Amino acid sequence: MTRHLKAAAPQLAALFLVLLANWIVFPEFFHIRVQDGRLYGSLVDVFNRGAPVALLAIGMTLVIATRGIDLSVGAVMAIAGATAATLVNDGHGAMTAIAAALAVGLLCGLWNGILVALLDIQPIIATLILMVAGRGIAQLITEGQIVTFVDPALIFMGSGAIAGIPMPVILAFLALCVTLFLYRRTALGLLTEAIGINRRASAYAGVNARAVLLVAYAWCGLTASLAGIIAAADIKGADANNAGLWLELDAILAVVIGGTSLFGGRFRLVLSFVGALIIQAMNTGILLSGFKPEFNLIVKAFVILVLLLMQSGASGALLDRLALIRSRPRLAPEGKEVS
Amino acid sequence: MNSARQPALLDLRGIAKSFPGVHALSDVDFTLHKGEVHALLGENGAGKSTLIKVLTGIHRRDAGTMHLEGQPIDLHDPADAQRLGIGTVYQEVNLLPNLTVAENIYLGRQPTRLGFVDRRRMARDARALLAGYGLDIDVNAALGDFSVAVQQLVAIARAADLSARILILDEPTASLDAQEVATMFAMVRQLKAQGLGIVFVTHFLDQVYEIANRITVLRNGRLVGSHATADLPRLDLVRLMLGKELAEIESADHAHGPGRGGLCASFRDFGKRRYLAPFDLDIHEGEVIGIAGLLGSGRTETAKLIFGIERADRGEVLVDGASARLAAPRDAIALGFGFCPEDRKTEGIVGELSVRENIILALQARRGWIKPIPAAEQKRIAEEFVRRLDIRTTDIEKPIELLSGGNQQKALLARWLATNPRILILDEPTRGIDVGAHAEIIRLIRELCGRGMSLLVISSELDEITVYSDRVVVLADRRHVGELRAAEISPRSIMAAIAGTDAPVAQQERPA
Ligand SMILES: Nc1ncnc2c1ncn2[C@@H]1O[C@H](COP(=O)(O)OP(=O)(O)OP(=O)(O)O)[C@@H](O)[C@H]1O
Ligand SMILES: [Mg+2]
Repeated sequence: MTRHLKAAAPQLAALFLVLLANWIVFPEFFHIRVQDGRLYGSLVDVFNRGAPVALLAIGMTLVIATRGIDLSVGAVMAIAGATAATLVNDGHGAMTAIAAALAVGLLCGLWNGILVALLDIQPIIATLILMVAGRGIAQLITEGQIVTFVDPALIFMGSGAIAGIPMPVILAFLALCVTLFLYRRTALGLLTEAIGINRRASAYAGVNARAVLLVAYAWCGLTASLAGIIAAADIKGADANNAGLWLELDAILAVVIGGTSLFGGRFRLVLSFVGALIIQAMNTGILLSGFKPEFNLIVKAFVILVLLLMQSGASGALLDRLALIRSRPRLAPEGKEVS
Repeated sequence: MNSARQPALLDLRGIAKSFPGVHALSDVDFTLHKGEVHALLGENGAGKSTLIKVLTGIHRRDAGTMHLEGQPIDLHDPADAQRLGIGTVYQEVNLLPNLTVAENIYLGRQPTRLGFVDRRRMARDARALLAGYGLDIDVNAALGDFSVAVQQLVAIARAADLSARILILDEPTASLDAQEVATMFAMVRQLKAQGLGIVFVTHFLDQVYEIANRITVLRNGRLVGSHATADLPRLDLVRLMLGKELAEIESADHAHGPGRGGLCASFRDFGKRRYLAPFDLDIHEGEVIGIAGLLGSGRTETAKLIFGIERADRGEVLVDGASARLAAPRDAIALGFGFCPEDRKTEGIVGELSVRENIILALQARRGWIKPIPAAEQKRIAEEFVRRLDIRTTDIEKPIELLSGGNQQKALLARWLATNPRILILDEPTRGIDVGAHAEIIRLIRELCGRGMSLLVISSELDEITVYSDRVVVLADRRHVGELRAAEISPRSIMAAIAGTDAPVAQQERPA
């Protein structure tokens, strides 16, 4: 346990610092009120707004662990939102609409998985196909319009609350727990890490690399569709063009901040989740601080750079490099001991 | 030697290096003279590779001094070593498999014309360089298409070309057959005559006595002695390395005789076009079948077909009399087969995973993902094999890539033993393993067979094959060309069987 905590130290420290910065620029940051049986406040907002990216990050972590990447998650969000919105407007129940949207997400994931696992297409190319085509598919479903809906059960997924906690937060945590159970209570996590590190050696050891890949991409599609449902429910409408736009990048970033290497292998679901929260906390903070919007992206990019440097130990290596350049002469003075 | 007047080529004093939990080197001295081949010996994990990595700037030493021709040196990275004229071939081939042979040889120093890489000249130079060592291969093919052995020769040629003063070879001959070793030794003698100092790490003691002038032995990271080869008889050397007597392998009492048990698997007309000519093979319980042949003769190919890595396009396999499907390693494993591959780094270990996870991997894969092996059970299995095979590691949670080469090899063997296979295929099982462990593994092979496990062992070491095989299948030119039984088996008869065919020379191997 302490080992886990130690490994999580940079991320937790970063989250703490970002929250602290938010508190400094906006003293009411930690104020939480209850209204209509639901919690409100900036901190709650961080969790609530961060939920879709956190969901994407969960699936993305698994895919990245296999040494892959999924660029299509944003488009899958749009497809899922469009499916759910169109179905409720066609008179189907919210439950049917949600189930159908999740099923469509799963199918999207399987499609990616088939391209990668069975046809051996490079993940970045394979998922680029759906990233581009996906928005087209979503538009076909919505027939090119923003489909708004009034079904209260579907809207509840975005703005409802249970025991005061907003639904998106509950769903994201639920997804995290189910994923942890699926991957860490079984051997799936180990097998995923093994194929991510050395697919050939793992296959020779009898690991069914194709099945493991299929599951990772399918699960990623599933979590993306859940994120899509939440995003649509939140704005009470499905926007095929803008739902989930660029969120694949935030998701990838969350995973990287969480310390999972893009080269695959060891993955850390909880920390990817924390990574998503860090990103959202930064977004919220910049918004609250009243910086000019032009600055937002720059500030964010800078903070992320620092974060990644801190984590990779590259800063240490960088300092070494600088020191080295100064001590360039190859031949050390006579008898000099190296510390 | 004339060290009194002239400073040594290389002089290391009091070198120390620690990793978390291990003192890999403590207070080690090492002196190398010009025109000398200096063997650096010791058990698996003794610190040989670490000393070399300190010397080449990969690891930073914790203490000690290094002098090159009397001048103190201080290396920060491998490029420094290159600039000082120190060329190295590391234990694990670490060239780039996707680049061509020529690109690998001239990596970082490509000949240019008008600022662009002069590919034609690079290819010409590479071809000439390799031809100088009697190696005739397509230098424009990707390096990864060649066998490990050819890759190793290319690495040696590159290092030799780079090294103006010192050439370091860390177990360079582990994947070479007798003929290639001869080629390489000719190369080494040539460089030695030019006045280079050569550091040679190996576990083949015959080779040490053939080529080395001096021997330095490490044990547990400490220097135990440095002697002229002529003054150090073999038995004394082994005692220095192990710190005790080697329990000699009794080679006489091996009960030869095929088919000691019932028929376990049989391959009929099994083959794959342009890969391996069809062959018949019966495997009986408790039998050890040696597979011999030159490099590129189809040894590893045989193993890969039997294990389902390559899919046979003709013939059939019967296991316990019933026809079986063999389209992937998973099928083979389900039938109770196991396979320790030749190329440890790319086909064997899963580097970042721990020793424990690597050992249980095949077992876990066979049980399926839904049934994880309980943590306590994993620990028990891993600890048992670490003890039985004497795998040197600080603990079972250490990433396997941080173990010494020989200990990685043992962990891979453990991975398969943990699955309790019926037929285990070992491709060069004793590669990189020290004399003590070597004897231990051969003993283990016999014990396993005594309990009914069948073994297929591929080895370039004919002595070794002779010691444990009940039968020897001889290959040449990707065909099974002969079979030797019981009393017929000797290194000489195997050589004769190999030579009996007009097989082309190994060096003419083409990319697979
Ligand atoms: N990067 C590292 N981190 C931690 N431990 C290491 C590292 N490199 C080597 N070691 C440890 O240092 C010890 C010496 O290893 P080294 O590779 O030098 O052995 P070796 O003599 O080359 O053995 P072999 O004959 O098996 O190749 C081993 O116990 C090994 O586990
Ligand atoms: Mg070594």
